[in-house]
Formats: sequence, C-alpha cells, structure tokens
Amino acid sequence: MNKFEQELKNNNFVCTFCTHCNKLVWPISDFCNQCFGMAIWKKVNRTAKLIEFSRKDGEIFCISEFEDGLRIMGNIINAPNLQIGQSLNLVKCDYENGHAVFILEPIY
Amino acid sequence: MRKVGIAASGLTEFSKNDLPIDTLMLSAVKSLFDESQNLSQKDIDVVITSTNDNNKYLANIISELSGISPKSAHAIESLCNSGTSGIVSAYSYVASGLADSVLVIGAEKSNNPGLVLEWDKSRGQYTHPIYWSSMFTNAHMRKYGTTLEDIAYVSAKNHRNAINNPYAFFKKEFTIDEIMKSKPLTENLRLYDCSMPCDGAAAVLVSAENTIKKFTDSPVWISGIGQKSISAGFTKNEELTSMSSVIQSASSACQMAKKTISDIDVAELHDAFGICEIIELEDLGFAPKGKGSTYVKNLYDTDDKKINPRGGLIGSGHPLGATGIAQTIEIFQQLQGKANKRQVEGAKTGLVQNMSAAATSSTVLILES
Repeated sequence: MNKFEQELKNNNFVCTFCTHCNKLVWPISDFCNQCFGMAIWKKVNRTAKLIEFSRKDGEIFCISEFEDGLRIMGNIINAPNLQIGQSLNLVKCDYENGHAVFILEPIY
Repeated sequence: MRKVGIAASGLTEFSKNDLPIDTLMLSAVKSLFDESQNLSQKDIDVVITSTNDNNKYLANIISELSGISPKSAHAIESLCNSGTSGIVSAYSYVASGLADSVLVIGAEKSNNPGLVLEWDKSRGQYTHPIYWSSMFTNAHMRKYGTTLEDIAYVSAKNHRNAINNPYAFFKKEFTIDEIMKSKPLTENLRLYDCSMPCDGAAAVLVSAENTIKKFTDSPVWISGIGQKSISAGFTKNEELTSMSSVIQSASSACQMAKKTISDIDVAELHDAFGICEIIELEDLGFAPKGKGSTYVKNLYDTDDKKINPRGGLIGSGHPLGATGIAQTIEIFQQLQGKANKRQVEGAKTGLVQNMSAAATSSTVLILES
C-alpha cells in the first residue's frame, strides 16, 4: 500500500505536489508531470465542486472537483437535492478492496 | 511515404466460448488466408497482435502456429482501441518501407483484464465503465434535452443492423420498448444500451501499393489516420458532452486524407454505450451539437445503414482487442462492395472511429476504395 492509500485509510486525502510549479500532481506520482521535479505530499482541501452526478440503486455517484482542478469520483450522501456547480464537503475517505473511496456531502 | 492499403481480412464469430486466445487468433488468420488469393506465409514481413490478454509472446506464437517466420512479431495493447492502434503500427511499417505486408490480428476473451483500468484511482470505487457512461449521459441530457428514448434508438438501430452480420454476437432485433424496459444498470443506463464483452478475433493484411494487387483486385486504401491521447484517467475529460480525443483525431485524419466529414459515405463508430454514438456523431460533424439523437432517429426511421452497418459494438459484441479491426473490416467490405445485405450503395469513402477508456484516447481512420 502506498502513502496515498495509507492516508486514505486514515481519512486523510493527500496528493502529490510540486513546489516548483506550485500545483498538485494528479494522479499521484513521484515526479511533477510539468517540470519532472520531485513531488512532495500535501493535504488536499476537502471542499469540492459538483461537476456531474447520477444514481445507481438509489446511491448517488458523482464527479467532484477539488483545488487545482483535481477531479475524483465519489459517493454523495445526505443530498435531498443537488445542483451542478454546488459545493461539497469530503466527509470521509478510505481505501477498500483496492479502491479509493470518497464520500461527500452537500454544503447548503 | 508509400501508399498503404488493406488487402485481405478474416473474422471469427463474436460469441461466448471456451476457446483459448491463441485458437481464436489462429481462426481469424485461417479465415483471412481462406479468403485471400495468392497469399503465402512468405509474403508476411511483420505480425502484430492486438489484445489486452495477459498471455505472453502471442504474436510469435501465432506466427509459429501459422507457419509464418516474420522479420518482426510483437503485441499492441491500448485497451479498447488496441485494434486500430495495431493497424496504425502496420501502416507505419509499410509506409516507411520496413515491411511490404503486415498481418494484424486482434482478439479478446470476455473475461479479459482490460475491462477495468485499475490504475485510474480518480474513479474511486466506481471503476466499471457503466459509471463513466452514466456521467456522459446525464451531462448530455441536461445540456441538450436528450432523452432515454433518444438513446434507445441507437441500440434499436444497431441491433437491427447486426441481424445481417453473420459474425455478430446478437442476431435479434429489439424494440424501443424492450430496450427501455431492459435491466436498469444506473438511473440512465439500461442493459441493452451497453455493448457486450465477448470472445472473438479479427485479422487484416496491410500491404504496400507495389504488392497489394497480388492479393486482391479491389484494395482499400488507408488515406487518413488521426490519433489522440488526452490522458489515461477518466476525470481528465473536462467536457462531458463531447469527447476531445475524438474531435482531435478526426481533424488529423481528415487533414491527412484531404477529406471532410461530408465526404464520408459509411462509418463505424465506437458505440460502447448508446450515448457514445450520439456524442461521436456530433463531435465528428455528422450532426450539429445536440442533434446527434435526431440524426440517429432519422437513420432508424429510414433504415439507413450509413452509421454502424455491421451493428456497432452494441449489436456485434465488443471483444476489445478485435473491435477496431472488425470495424475496419466492415469499412473494407463496404468499400469493396462486398457487404451483402449491409451494403451502403455506392460507398467510396469510409471512416472508422475507435476509442479507449472513456474516450481518453481515440483513433480515426479514413479509408478509400
């Protein structure tokens, strides 16, 4: 298990970051995909924007966008209604059965 | 660069079976040799296999099983557009003069490991392709008012076309109502909106202008090639109502062939899901943005086979490594006038669009008789 996965298991959302380019390096990588400098780890701000969503068996899954345009797919809970572009909060992350798990909640 | 064309083709039925990958590939090679004139093993300089299968050294294995001792033999893997990537590699060998004839064989087993890109952690726990398809679908429905019934017409049309394809997985027509009422997979995706992973193989012989007439009296030329990879991860698709890699690869292919979309008589599009064909029609320029579903319904109502005459991936099945080659074979047969009941009359110029992993990469080929 790598650091990204270990941190997810501790409910921490971290990503690699290039101090030279001052941007997140996503997907995670040892090197910046712009300058190839060594990347370090950085906590990601847990506020996101809703890009798109759909449902399966009543469960809402979505694309959410975090800082620096970092997009991930996650599960939205406690959402009686949703608007594209609205703010979401990452309430829990985990790593289960080889998959990253992101659970988000709307900020009303 | 030398002029490059397709000289011969071979297919197996797309089905679910217990045959191993090498047997599937060999069956497609046998079919190609059976249907070719004057082709001997000594004519083949390079053998390329396209597959996501984990078996090693397949191109060399198939060469040995086929009695071919090529200069070079190797595999190509690029998920769902492995097949056209293999053809592009073959083109490069022949155009450069490194080879006169290249045999490309694509195959897949339905339980292949290529259905899910495990590397893509941005998909979270939603790794199956139905989730990205659902995202494209909702985005298109919201922006353009596309309905689930509109999307069902893609499946109805392609299943109807597949009835005349002897190699298709499905040989049954479905009504709009049957598609609408098929098993719901997500809120906007039903079972019959989806292509079916299956077992199958396809092969083409790619040859140079100076040798191709030995193998066929009616070669089909590869006049345009465009490829684009924007990323590997699905969430790098910034716009969900269009597919950037499709737009860019089509632009390159048309530029190379000195053609526009209005010149295309027949096309094979990568309808992994119904919404894909609608977006591709718009991105390629067959229909204005937001009007792809109207275009599909008109094809259905008039029984026009211009788009996906063999039934697309939805009707024919989707053995990943074979799909792009089977698409190319359909256009090859159409431009030769040998597509039987699927024939688009007078077709002279055709297009193949094949893509991978939620349109993160695409290939577009333009073929001419």
